[in-house]
Amino acid sequence: MALDKERLPREVVAMRVARELPDGGFVNLGIGIPTLVSNFIPDGSVVFYHSESGVLNCGPLAEEDEQDIDLINAGGQFLQMVPGMAFFSTVDGFAMIRGGHVDVTVLGAHQVSATGDLANWMLPERGVGNIGGAMDLAAGARQVIVAMEHTDRQNNAKIVQDCTYPITGKGCVSLIVTDLAVMEPTPEGLVLKEVAPGWTVEEVQELTAAQLLSAPDLKEYEL
Amino acid sequence: MAQGKVYSSAKAALADVQDGSTILVSGFAGYGVAWSLLDALVEVGSKDLTVIYRDGPLPEGTGARLPAINNLVTNGLVTKLISPLPFLPGNGGAIEERWLSGDLQIEILPQGILVERLRAGGAGIGGVFLPTALGTRFEGDKERRAFAQGEAVLELPLKADYALIRVAAADTLGNSIYDGSGRNWAPIMAMAARVTIAETGRIVEPGELDPEAIISPGIFVNRIVAAE
Repeated sequence: MALDKERLPREVVAMRVARELPDGGFVNLGIGIPTLVSNFIPDGSVVFYHSESGVLNCGPLAEEDEQDIDLINAGGQFLQMVPGMAFFSTVDGFAMIRGGHVDVTVLGAHQVSATGDLANWMLPERGVGNIGGAMDLAAGARQVIVAMEHTDRQNNAKIVQDCTYPITGKGCVSLIVTDLAVMEPTPEGLVLKEVAPGWTVEEVQELTAAQLLSAPDLKEYEL
Repeated sequence: MAQGKVYSSAKAALADVQDGSTILVSGFAGYGVAWSLLDALVEVGSKDLTVIYRDGPLPEGTGARLPAINNLVTNGLVTKLISPLPFLPGNGGAIEERWLSGDLQIEILPQGILVERLRAGGAGIGGVFLPTALGTRFEGDKERRAFAQGEAVLELPLKADYALIRVAAADTLGNSIYDGSGRNWAPIMAMAARVTIAETGRIVEPGELDPEAIISPGIFVNRIVAAE
């Protein structure tokens, strides 16, 4: 039974996503696994982080004794000052996003559909959700990568044929990286590109509520 | 000589806030918040307020904390909230309680839509077409139009009676500068309100701030109070 097998740690998912970021690109990281991506930028590469809190070229998180009250990331965590930072207001921050100036955003998700619809802001049973800047990122970033666990904690599929939760964006996701697989939503359906070590295509399919189309060059998860 | 912009206290600067006013509250995850003005507004006690804010709670795992406007809600002064991040379900304090009991209306708006609507309101623009809401529940029955660069949805301007902002320093004419990510919503909210009140730790004479560095020119800042 596939359910009991070991899945990849969050750090490995983040490491895999980090390989997708363009050298010298502007990147916006969401909360959760996406935040970890910044720890795994390949040596020799540079990525400039954009934060809706009004900071470009965010540095690493601040140590506890050097927290500046007015220097935070989008998750409200304190940042270190680094050379080359720039501050801006929310209107400029979203112009950067909506205007196509942000190359890649990495977001978490509740559900992603086979054609790249993203649902990540509201669980319907709660009756209220926190949309934040996710919808603008989904609509405006040049590339949207989802980094998440392949299923929820009860092993319910998060990758589905059609999203049943309220969507954040239609057809916006270009790559899904999970603790089991790397997949690419296309108009023809969901293409399986890489599978975690020790997992078979059939086992991944069992935990996926959309039909997986194996890529011609399907391979093991590549770091 | 006109009445100066510097008020003796936060409460004095808020004394004319009528019941039913719409208030913009700047801040992002608790930073850049005009805490003295928010405290004073509770004291003034204006009711039936519509409050527009991003601030929002910190996300799970980063030390959950109630939004800056929580006290206004606890004191029953707010009828409606408009926010991209109203509260964390299960951890939303008075906001969640009053929303669940039906005493508080909440309208959720994507952050980039909210900020452009405020910009349109503040800049005298009749409306803006944005792609953000396309195909989502935020599109509703708004007008959709096709442009060369793709489809977009008409978003209407939003204005308010007051904006409560926090600035790093202001001169007595209202020219203001900010500190790091404390800037966030303040410049745009300052434009979109009929009366903008800035709270600051540093009030200086004209000439002490570099005109090149001013982010909010004094025309957008009507009242100034020292942070208490």
